[in-house]
Amino acid sequence: MTFTEKFNAFKTILIKEYLRFIRIWIQTILPPAITTALYFVIFGNLIGSQISDIDGYRYMDYIVPGLILMAVITNAYANVVSSFYSAKFQKSIEELLVSPTPNYLILAGFVSGGVARGIIVGIVVTLVAMYFSSFEIHSFTLSLSVFVLTAILFSLAGFINAVYANSFDDITIIPTFVLTPLTYLGGIFYSIDMLPEFWQKLSLINPILYMINSFRYGLLGVSDTDIVTALFIIILFIAGLFSYALFLLNKGIGIKQ
Amino acid sequence: MKALKINNLKKCYKNGTDALKGVDLEVDEGDFFALLGPNGAGKSTTIGIISGLVNKTSGKIQIFDQDIDLDPATAKSYIGLVPQEFNFNQFEPVQEILINQAGYYGIDRATASQRAETYLRQLELWDKRHVMARQLSGGMKRRLMIARALIHQPRLLILDEPTAGVDIEIRRSMWDFLRTINQQGTTIILTTHYLEKPRACARTLPLLITASPLNTPACANYSPSSIWKPLCSISITIIITYPSPFPAVNYASLMTRPWKLTSKTQTVLIRYSKHYLITIFRF
Ligand SMILES: Nc1ncnc2c1ncn2[C@@H]1O[C@H](COP(=O)(O)OP(=O)(O)OP(=O)(O)O)[C@@H](O)[C@H]1O
Ligand SMILES: [Mg+2]
Repeated sequence: MTFTEKFNAFKTILIKEYLRFIRIWIQTILPPAITTALYFVIFGNLIGSQISDIDGYRYMDYIVPGLILMAVITNAYANVVSSFYSAKFQKSIEELLVSPTPNYLILAGFVSGGVARGIIVGIVVTLVAMYFSSFEIHSFTLSLSVFVLTAILFSLAGFINAVYANSFDDITIIPTFVLTPLTYLGGIFYSIDMLPEFWQKLSLINPILYMINSFRYGLLGVSDTDIVTALFIIILFIAGLFSYALFLLNKGIGIKQ
Repeated sequence: MKALKINNLKKCYKNGTDALKGVDLEVDEGDFFALLGPNGAGKSTTIGIISGLVNKTSGKIQIFDQDIDLDPATAKSYIGLVPQEFNFNQFEPVQEILINQAGYYGIDRATASQRAETYLRQLELWDKRHVMARQLSGGMKRRLMIARALIHQPRLLILDEPTAGVDIEIRRSMWDFLRTINQQGTTIILTTHYLEKPRACARTLPLLITASPLNTPACANYSPSSIWKPLCSISITIIITYPSPFPAVNYASLMTRPWKLTSKTQTVLIRYSKHYLITIFRF
């Protein structure tokens, strides 16, 4: 394939992925907006007003970065896992497998679809957040980088989950039992400084902690972890997951007999 | 040039099923070739491997001289596939399915839309272009898959059971359609259980019948009765040539009988080109 042909193929996958989640926006875009609004009303407004400031920020403002990033993580992951699994389930993945589109573009296309949904949901959630809170963005570049990198990372993770999934149950197990706990324990609602030392140390092996804190640093300028370390960890994960996902695709695991 | 060359193709599925035990096959460019065989003979497995959907265990495949292992992208770009089972996204509109498929072959959207219109009209689906695929009838879905397979204008069109679930009227026009694109230069390979289909395309019934052990140069034996003798041997090739010196041969019963006689039948290949039709029985 020439470069233009490859570009056309990639664009096709991306547009298809985009239309898929836009077509069902009531299931894909609206729920995170509602959930975030509820978090703000309950944790921010009602309970948050009883909690003292953290790192010089009102509790309401402190939880904003974590809530935005949680929406990005969940939605990027959910988009790719359900889209790729249903392509497998309906066998429509064969449309791509018989075509000359190289595997890395198939992967990039699905991942970009997840990133697109992560970004759109992230923006919606940010708009909701702006209604409830007020802060000035500390570093726009850093915030945007972490935001996009996180979306890429979890789109890749969703892809790998979909490759191994053999039933619709399999695509909810990881989000429910791994992703959600790690996200909640990743310091959305608290600073790990508030934890006993043992739990602080334990928290440090949770990769999501680094993402939430570097995003919080981008937005608010405060963090529990070192930013360079955090970015390094995120990029390392992306490289690892991308290579592994591509390996699975090249081998045809879960998609070829 | 050969449109397809298969050498000693073997496939053993993970569960231990030996689906292909060494298939050799050549299809000339411009041929209209039918792979015939009972359920489970290995037709879909062969097609799956050719088109990159199934990993082979061993063997070599070339599509217009391009090895599918060495240059898969080029080999794939030559092939259009109509699979046996529906494999499109049921929740996508008909037209989008075609435009997307074109995109996967690197075709830009404007060209893709034009071609989608051409093929949707030819296959009588234009009125349904905005309908979700799942709302099509079975026969329409089958035609949708034919249109989709043609969207990048492949040199080799492979159809696995293309007429399953298609009514007689449409079936006839589908054969006419396939014959036309074959005459325009597209090589066609199709599978079927029924002789009626290749026969409809083959214009007349095959006439000259030959039998020989497989993998030996085509046969010297020219009597229809010779077909029955080698059935007990390991493998035979039957070549049926057009036009027939044996008009009395009931070809249809010939085709079905040996399958009932032996459960060891593996693959039956029928090949139709301008002058002859070849059938290979494997036992
Ligand atoms: N995914 C699979 N896993 C294991 N065995 C399989 C698989 N697909 C096919 N087989 C086996 O391989 C053999 C060949 O099957 P295949 O589908 O190629 O036959 P076919 O000639 O297309 O049959 P049909 O006329 O029914 O479509 C059969 O014994 C079948 O059970
Ligand atoms: Mg089959």
